[in-house]
Amino acid sequence: MAEDAHYMSVRRMSDALRARELSAVELADVHLRRIDAVDGSLGAYLARTPELAREQAAAADAVLAKGDGGPLMGVPMQLKDNMATRGVATTCASRMLETYVPPYDAAVTGALGQAGAVLLGKGNMDEYAMGSSSETSAFKPVHNPWDLERVPGGSSGGPAAAVAAGLAPYALGSDTGGSIRQPAALCGVVGLKPTYGLVSRYGLIAFASSLDQIGPLTRTVEDAALVLNAIAGHDARDSTSIEAPVADYTRGLEDGVRGLRVGVVSELFGEGIDPEVARVTREAIVQLETLGAIVDWDVSLPTSRAALAVYYVLAPSECSANLARYDGVKYGYADQGERSLMAALEATRRDGFGAEVKRRILMGTYALSAGYYDAYYKKAQQVRTLIRREFDEAFERLDVLVTPTSPTVAFKLGEIVDPIVMHANDVCTVPANVAGLPGISVPCGFVEALPVGMQLIGPHLSEATLLRTAHAYEQATGWHDVHPAL
Amino acid sequence: MVPPLAGLGSIKKAVMLVILTPWTYQWIANLHAGVASVFVGDTASYNPYMPDYEPVIGLEVHAQLRTRSKMFCSCPADYQAAPPNTRVCPVCLGLPGTLPVINREAIRSIIMTGLALHCEIAQETKFDRKNYAYPDLMKGYQISQYDLPICHDGYLEIDVDGERRRIGIERVHMEEDVAKLFHRTDPATGEGYSLVDVNRSGVPLMEMVGRPDLRSAEEARAYLIAYRSILQYLGVSTGSMEEGSFRCDANVSLRLRGASALGTKVEVKNMNSFRAVYRAILFEIERQSAKLDRGERISMETRGWVEEKGITVSLRSKEEANDYRYFPEPDLPPLHVEPSWVAELEELLPELPEARRARFMAAEDAKGYGLSEYDASGLTDTPALADYFEEAVGAVREGHGGDEAPKRVANWMLSELASHLNAANAVIDDSPVRPGDLAGLLGLLAGGTVGTTQAKAALEAMYESGKPAAQVVEELGLAQVTDSGELTGAVRQAIAENPSAVADFLGGKETAAKFLVGQVMKATRGKANPGIVAELVAEQLGALKQ
Repeated sequence: MAEDAHYMSVRRMSDALRARELSAVELADVHLRRIDAVDGSLGAYLARTPELAREQAAAADAVLAKGDGGPLMGVPMQLKDNMATRGVATTCASRMLETYVPPYDAAVTGALGQAGAVLLGKGNMDEYAMGSSSETSAFKPVHNPWDLERVPGGSSGGPAAAVAAGLAPYALGSDTGGSIRQPAALCGVVGLKPTYGLVSRYGLIAFASSLDQIGPLTRTVEDAALVLNAIAGHDARDSTSIEAPVADYTRGLEDGVRGLRVGVVSELFGEGIDPEVARVTREAIVQLETLGAIVDWDVSLPTSRAALAVYYVLAPSECSANLARYDGVKYGYADQGERSLMAALEATRRDGFGAEVKRRILMGTYALSAGYYDAYYKKAQQVRTLIRREFDEAFERLDVLVTPTSPTVAFKLGEIVDPIVMHANDVCTVPANVAGLPGISVPCGFVEALPVGMQLIGPHLSEATLLRTAHAYEQATGWHDVHPAL
Repeated sequence: MVPPLAGLGSIKKAVMLVILTPWTYQWIANLHAGVASVFVGDTASYNPYMPDYEPVIGLEVHAQLRTRSKMFCSCPADYQAAPPNTRVCPVCLGLPGTLPVINREAIRSIIMTGLALHCEIAQETKFDRKNYAYPDLMKGYQISQYDLPICHDGYLEIDVDGERRRIGIERVHMEEDVAKLFHRTDPATGEGYSLVDVNRSGVPLMEMVGRPDLRSAEEARAYLIAYRSILQYLGVSTGSMEEGSFRCDANVSLRLRGASALGTKVEVKNMNSFRAVYRAILFEIERQSAKLDRGERISMETRGWVEEKGITVSLRSKEEANDYRYFPEPDLPPLHVEPSWVAELEELLPELPEARRARFMAAEDAKGYGLSEYDASGLTDTPALADYFEEAVGAVREGHGGDEAPKRVANWMLSELASHLNAANAVIDDSPVRPGDLAGLLGLLAGGTVGTTQAKAALEAMYESGKPAAQVVEELGLAQVTDSGELTGAVRQAIAENPSAVADFLGGKETAAKFLVGQVMKATRGKANPGIVAELVAEQLGALKQ
């Protein structure tokens, strides 16, 4: 084969499988070999599942041989390690769950299984998805394929690095405050956070329930649409799942952006944003304009500035309850030294959780405490409503809002030690989570040989518009064809 | 022995742990320390009705709902008889990644309960997380309702000592039950350990919070019975305190009679029967009275009822109270209750205890049974009892008929049948004597086939064997001898054997005839029909007179 099989798009792989240019088992092996060769320096994978992958690939080959199966049949992938996989360790990159093997599949695991996906392994991440650099993984950090001394972003750093480096054609990540889009930007891949409720959270190990959402990381926009097709839709097991009609997100992808009303969020191009990142993103917007979009270069969303503060009250509050179940009684890590209930519980949580997780549990517990609830949690909910309203108003006259995805390009491992500076990395991405809106990051160039991502945010259930816009830009520029040298 | 969870991957050694050792002992130690330090009432001066103080009592009652599945998952809710850890799934085990889904049947049940309690039904309601750490709580928080309960501001009416009182209900809300812990000691090492049975986790639990409108232990008991009765009539809960499907905590405080401010309240827990609730409240009133009499302050605390000792002991003080950090459950969107659904459910409300009792007391020509208040109350306690009564009266009327069928059925149910049930610690549904059987027995009694003594013996045999009345009477030879031919000989013999009685009679002492009747009854071992014997004695003595 002329091209590297491991850098083919999902669509291309699917076509090759259908044409029997190669078998699903061969395709799985291509990836398993590359993981063996490359992942030692990347750390994108936690558990690897070669036996399961070959088994699933063989089953897919049988289906393909009959001429059956959809576009994901036999195509390999990675799942972030906070999505339950029956019989395969699901650790959230935490000591606490190092030994935990779920007895059930997450909704997305089941959906992709139905579609014939081949699981290569589980994606490394920030512990319990809390972080923006994938350095809080209890087992090993993830390295950026464009510069191994740099972080891939987080918390879905494993999925982003794996997709960027050809260790999987696609991966599922989860995004609570930017955890799909920010690493996608820093690794030069496409990352889509769907509308809250579009993809079932059943089986996604919760960080902050009202913000968490699963979505695809891919090398092309079309691939993101293909994966979204397989995982979107109502699920009765998730009461927050939307009862929206299932769409084919690949339809209309080629319709272009002529007449599309695009707004540039001025607050997210100024203070706190690297000027080079801002410049590259502006150039990308000019490109959209060239393609026929009508750009409003100065849209102000003043309240969205408060989204970061709202996020760092609400997300820790919810996480303080969500992580209360890890007490060493039922599964996972358990302290064996202490002899009394409370002492054992404390020791388990002291030793089982990392520093960032404990920081957030403490912040959330404080915010929900008697006497502080009104000042923090309740106030944050009120501001959240204002932020939603501000977006609603903006979308009355605009189709898409544009921002940089991340305020900087990838930083070095160990470079950011101040948690507040680290948290500020989410400034461009959290507003979409707080408002429950869909957002996509698409590669838009480089600064000093490090990828930059452009973020597009749309109104509720506007995934088709976001994909169409991102696709038009991608096809006009071709950043997706540039791969890291590994 | 609690078997390990089957088929749940790597879940460690099931939910079965040896971790609570010193803690368990600590608890027991506290208990004993508490026993030593509490006021132990002098039984001689045990007077709950201290004239100086007015008790103020409010009850909080948890009732498990009899839904098919659990509150937030599809596991069967019938865990009572199930082997440990066999009614569990990832959701009620609280496994990472699982999510709750509201059980509509449970919401239906609580709305019906709210309607029966004259509550307002909220159109917009929500669930909240109540956070606390304990090994019986699978998620580390309980899904409950904080500031927007489904039902609020209702009342319940009770009758105590002929006085009718309306007792306020603050709210009725929905939550989930927790797992059950079993504290054990290893006989080999003497070490304490605890077992967790997760079957109960997630069973729908309805909490009713009553207003502090109760003024005596007797009122509290009447209120609790009335509430349970409503739940049973609605069919939403079994209401069994013994099985733990119906649990009551009491808030008890005292204030000087006539005062309007409330005194410091003490919460009393661990009461496992109506009698325990009654006794615990009496004890608390006495304990607090004595403290106040000594000029001491009542401390705000939670106390536990110790059944064997008949006392309450301190469990924890207010200072140690949990901050539950309630916040809206983000996994469940707010619940909108359609008013049309509520209206529909209101139409479906069955006849409630109050109405049924009134109907039982109504005159027979007003489609009632003309029962006394006492009988009507006793027979409408549970729907099963009332159904049994109505069925038995119907059977009596269809069978032998006769006067005062309701009164006779009521008497036999509330005395003889009740004593058999009580002795067997059974309820009416367990009775082997079905309504038709009781009616059959009453028919034999009315027709003179058996006398009252034999009928009681027959009922006992019926209760034990489950056989119909006629068969029991036949098998045990309980039928009265009514054949006058056979009895004539017995009467003749009695007259021959008791010449002095005969002489007395002939001398004008009429009561001597009764003595002779008694002799015949004795000779026939009670099986003779006393009416016929009396007639024969009178006949034969009359013949002697002439």
